[in-house]
Amino acid sequence: MKKQNWLIVAAVVFLSALPLWLVPHLDIGTAGSPDGRPAKVFQGADDRARQAIGDLAPDYKPWFSPLLEPASTEIASLLFALQAAIGAGFIGYWLGSAITREKLLRRGNQDAEAHVD
Amino acid sequence: MHIMEGFLPVEHALGWSLASAPFVAWGVHSMHRQLQTRPEQRMLLGISAAFVFVLSALKLPSVTGSCSHPTGVGLGALLFGPLAMVPVGLVVLLFQALLLAHGGVTTLGANLFSLAIVGPFVATALFRLGRRFGLPLAGCVFTAACLGDLSTYLTTSIQLAWAFPDPAGGFFASLAKFGGIFAITQIPLAISEGLLTVLVVNALARFNAEELKRLPLFAQQGGGA
Repeated sequence: MKKQNWLIVAAVVFLSALPLWLVPHLDIGTAGSPDGRPAKVFQGADDRARQAIGDLAPDYKPWFSPLLEPASTEIASLLFALQAAIGAGFIGYWLGSAITREKLLRRGNQDAEAHVD
Repeated sequence: MHIMEGFLPVEHALGWSLASAPFVAWGVHSMHRQLQTRPEQRMLLGISAAFVFVLSALKLPSVTGSCSHPTGVGLGALLFGPLAMVPVGLVVLLFQALLLAHGGVTTLGANLFSLAIVGPFVATALFRLGRRFGLPLAGCVFTAACLGDLSTYLTTSIQLAWAFPDPAGGFFASLAKFGGIFAITQIPLAISEGLLTVLVVNALARFNAEELKRLPLFAQQGGGA
């Protein structure tokens, strides 16, 4: 079981790191749009979709703009990191307490057995 | 999968909001009832929500040369059923729409529909199907989470293709274009999400076996990995 879990972690890291090497080597996704704008490598897919909308419907004007925009990309990454930290913090708390609970249960059982003897 | 603020025509934005609204009401009701009958499951629900928070914040590079993020809704859908993920998805999408200008209020209905309705329902259906055929638990969890994730991005592509059909090729040409941007990019990320979901279910099966057995989806086959 433990080995399987480590293999899973290794596979996820590999899958995430592979594009970083593969994309510049194979020159994928850098061709740019038909109107000659150069494409940014590893741009967000959401931004690519916005460009595609611009190509399909050049006259379309967004009719609503975000109420609040992060002051800079640094602030945006701060908020994304905060979101991940809240989630990871909770999972870490659960894992820690689950492992401790199991350990205490096992010790409790051993004590009980010792008393029986 | 976040359609940006203002980037859906008014009637589409309204239509998707109306389509999602009953699921929100139904989802809040279902979650409330589940927690009242089994308060000990709060921890599991917290883990499911936390998983969505982590995964939807991680923008990972993909082989298409762009970045996208997993959804994380598969885990909660398998544990609590698809409806419980609607309120969780709503919280995450609101946080990102209001504070991060990621997604938007006008596109909230459409984004909620792909992330918190289609994804979880597809994941649950595939999981049930796999278990009915007696496939191993880890395989079912992986397939459900992976394809649930992909179905979310496929839905986004359909939503955008419907709103912005190609002037020459119509809906399908446009779907191919948005599918290339979202669905193809998502393939390696969906595999990662499937693997990570298996990891968490492995941990839950070890540490929370009792609670897991009482969940309807796992109870049928008795839990254990």
